[in-house]
Amino acid sequence: MADKFQAIPIPTPETQHFWDAAKVGELKLQRCTVCAHTYFPPRPFCPECASRDVEVYSASGKATLFSYVINHRAPKGWDAPYSIAVVALDEGPRMMTNIVDIEQTPEALELDMALEVCFEQVSDDIFLPKFRPAGGAL
Amino acid sequence: MKPGSIAIVGAAETTELGKIPGLSVLGLHADAALNAMQDMGIGPKDIDGVATAGISPTDLAHYLGITPTWADGTSVGGCSFMLHVRHAAAAINEGLCETVLITHGESGKSRIGSRGFGGGGGSSLAGQFEMPFGPMGPPTMFTIPVLRYMKDLGLTHEQLANVAVVQREWAAKHPRATFRDPITIDDVLNSRMIAYPFHLLQCCLVTDGGGALIMTSADRAKDFPTRPVYVVGSGESVETPMISQMADFTSSRAFRVSGKKAFEEAGISHSEVDHLMIYDAFAHLPIFGLEDLGFVKPGEAGEFIMDRHTAPGGKLPMNTNGGGLSYMHSGMYGMYALQESVRQMRGTSPAQVEGAKLSVCHGVGGMFGASGTIIMSNERP
Repeated sequence: MADKFQAIPIPTPETQHFWDAAKVGELKLQRCTVCAHTYFPPRPFCPECASRDVEVYSASGKATLFSYVINHRAPKGWDAPYSIAVVALDEGPRMMTNIVDIEQTPEALELDMALEVCFEQVSDDIFLPKFRPAGGAL
Repeated sequence: MKPGSIAIVGAAETTELGKIPGLSVLGLHADAALNAMQDMGIGPKDIDGVATAGISPTDLAHYLGITPTWADGTSVGGCSFMLHVRHAAAAINEGLCETVLITHGESGKSRIGSRGFGGGGGSSLAGQFEMPFGPMGPPTMFTIPVLRYMKDLGLTHEQLANVAVVQREWAAKHPRATFRDPITIDDVLNSRMIAYPFHLLQCCLVTDGGGALIMTSADRAKDFPTRPVYVVGSGESVETPMISQMADFTSSRAFRVSGKKAFEEAGISHSEVDHLMIYDAFAHLPIFGLEDLGFVKPGEAGEFIMDRHTAPGGKLPMNTNGGGLSYMHSGMYGMYALQESVRQMRGTSPAQVEGAKLSVCHGVGGMFGASGTIIMSNERP
């Protein structure tokens, strides 16, 4: 478990399924059964067509590096420099994360590089989705 | 307000009342909103104005998928919604929007996702899906879209650094500016790295200060000794409370909606603008602003600033107080941008643009979360 200052997510009833799945190593997205729109972050209705008829499904965990910064001012317990990134999931939605298992430099972190999800435990119940180069650590 | 000019056409409460353990505060707002829309047979795409208290109108609009041209977050306690109704009536009459959604939601008993005492920030969407990844405030969040912008539209590190260089030239003319000494592109690129690709001199100052404006009717303005500055156009919008969920990392939807509305209202063309303020918390904001307001095409702003069009002597003087990068930045800088536009229209700025008659003042809220545009003139239309 990470021994550092960490903002721990507090799930709500609308997001509980996401964190329950993360705990067992699965990345969940939601999809509208009326208009087929896939979206994130979780909510119990479609932000595209307002239908409440939506479903939860397992994402592939595949993504590409969409954009990022490399933070040089570390909060307590974090080792700077480290990346704060937004990845584009293969299913369409984007999410914030950290890119791990790779050198934290502009040269190593190439935009549009292929990534895959992995999970980091930060409390008893919370496992954060992080992303590493596809095919495992370099 | 004008009696009888506005009607309430949709109304609903949450699906359940009493004890609702299955919904957060934001979920309660959304549940009531979906029911009200169903009540009158419309959807989120038909709404163009939002007002709410307790949560931000930005949270509400993004969650429901609304693109507003009017947002009101007046929060004065339990009667906030009465004020929202009144403000909405004025806004609709003024043509700022046509269909307004006003929502309330409060998890008073279950306390799910409520801010309340002791926080609850960890249960907000940003608290769950952004804050855990180690951001250290706006320098590490607001800046995230920029590498994508640079790759897609060709902006260089030198062009991004140059934004701060040009604004320092303007600050040099202002006795009250915090930083007035000239800087070079190398100075910017050699300043301390804050969050790659942003160096210290590409980030706004942190200072103390305040500002105030007083408004009255144009007819009454002649009763006062100051030179009147007329509001000739305005726009506003919100997009998302989460930078990661911004639809386009090379352009702000809130900027585009707000700017378009303001220019249409003023009935002006870009070539008529004598003076421009674009809220610059970070060096990329003037670049996004110039493009999203339509002064230049996507990808052209870095070169436009490099070519000195916004510098002293240029055809489009921009951020003539030195901006948040050099003048001051107390946290909500928009007031200082407005103050410089007023000074320019009064003809009293230390960096006065000779003969300026039309000033566009464009602000950002949150991190590309919200936007407001005010167009001023010293000539009454």
